[in-house]
Amino acid sequence: MQELLSIAIKAIFIENMALAFFLGMCSFLAVSKKVDTAMGLGAAVVFVVGICTPLSQLIYANLLKEGALAWVDPSLSTVDLSFLRFLCFIGTIAATVQIVEMAIDKFAPALYAALGVFLPLIAVNCAILGSSLFMVERDYTLAESAVFGVGSGIGFMLAIVALAAIREKMRYSDVPPPLRGLGITFIVTGLMAIGFMSFGGIQL
Amino acid sequence: MKTKDVLLDPLFDNNPIALQVLGICSALAVTTKLETSLVMAVAVTIVVALSNTSISLMRNYIPPSIRIIVQLTVIASLVIVTDQVLQAYFFDISKQLTVFVGLIITNCIVMGRAEAFAMQNPPVASFVDGIGNGLGYGLVLLVVGFFRELFGSGKLFGVPVLPLVQDGGWYQPNGLMVLSPAAFFLIAVFIWVLRAFKPGQITED
Repeated sequence: MQELLSIAIKAIFIENMALAFFLGMCSFLAVSKKVDTAMGLGAAVVFVVGICTPLSQLIYANLLKEGALAWVDPSLSTVDLSFLRFLCFIGTIAATVQIVEMAIDKFAPALYAALGVFLPLIAVNCAILGSSLFMVERDYTLAESAVFGVGSGIGFMLAIVALAAIREKMRYSDVPPPLRGLGITFIVTGLMAIGFMSFGGIQL
Repeated sequence: MKTKDVLLDPLFDNNPIALQVLGICSALAVTTKLETSLVMAVAVTIVVALSNTSISLMRNYIPPSIRIIVQLTVIASLVIVTDQVLQAYFFDISKQLTVFVGLIITNCIVMGRAEAFAMQNPPVASFVDGIGNGLGYGLVLLVVGFFRELFGSGKLFGVPVLPLVQDGGWYQPNGLMVLSPAAFFLIAVFIWVLRAFKPGQITED
């Protein structure tokens, strides 16, 4: 239990997907102009990454890993399909996004309208593929990868909402014209990343 | 559009990172050293060029409703090949790049160019567009990697250029440059310089 809690805290604060690994930066910078939309995208990411990471773990551990196919037939125990993981993970993610989109549309039309265009965009958010790949690299079990997935989603949401709030305030500041828009957003994100580095001192 | 424009446009006038806001994730994470930046730039250029070409060849046969999945499959297959080649011939570098080779799949440059250019244009133009955008991406990566390695550890391609204080030299390395936020500041400065020379790219807000 304590193990899982420390994975969650690590994923949210210390190894924040957006601010420590810079994953999902494209949507992070493009969709952070308003707090409302940032909140919507963040919620959708938490949802999808929370489903995809454990699902990818199941696929990887039972189908792709070296020797994982032994349960089908003992003669397959030397087969190593791990080079197919990129294709399988991206397929999982694209399919999950599609299913989640249809499910939300059917059962919660209000939420669907709120998330709208962000749902399909999530398929190419690197934070989601990234957390599946980190899951493989760190050998997480099913429970650990579920916690890690949700945690990294929450971390992303936290970061994007914070950035959107800063950008809303920044509208009143006098930024040099060539730096306006993208440039100053980079600098703000850099400063936020430095702030988040202070979590690095936490020992878990 | 002329082939030359297609090739050179993405370098300064329509840079994928500085103007189109595409492919930023990897630009920040792999640039601590010039060597990894170079490998990443080459890998991305090859993947963009080949994925643009193959998607352009298939563009008339892809049903619009499933085009994203088709594009992702093409890109993922190319990235798998790239990853295998890197592991076979550049094992050390592939270890340093860790998950970022795999993340070329979701690098928005590849998807973005496939969607914006290759779906409407013939294969040769798409190939050139891929090379151009790969170069534009590589340019930013190399500039950032150059400054981070030079000021962060006093080296270029692993060769000492500025003698460090701990080796008896005079240069005190700037620790901030090795840390990840430095990449943000350097890209911001790159954008600042670029837009100071090309005021047409300035955006409000």
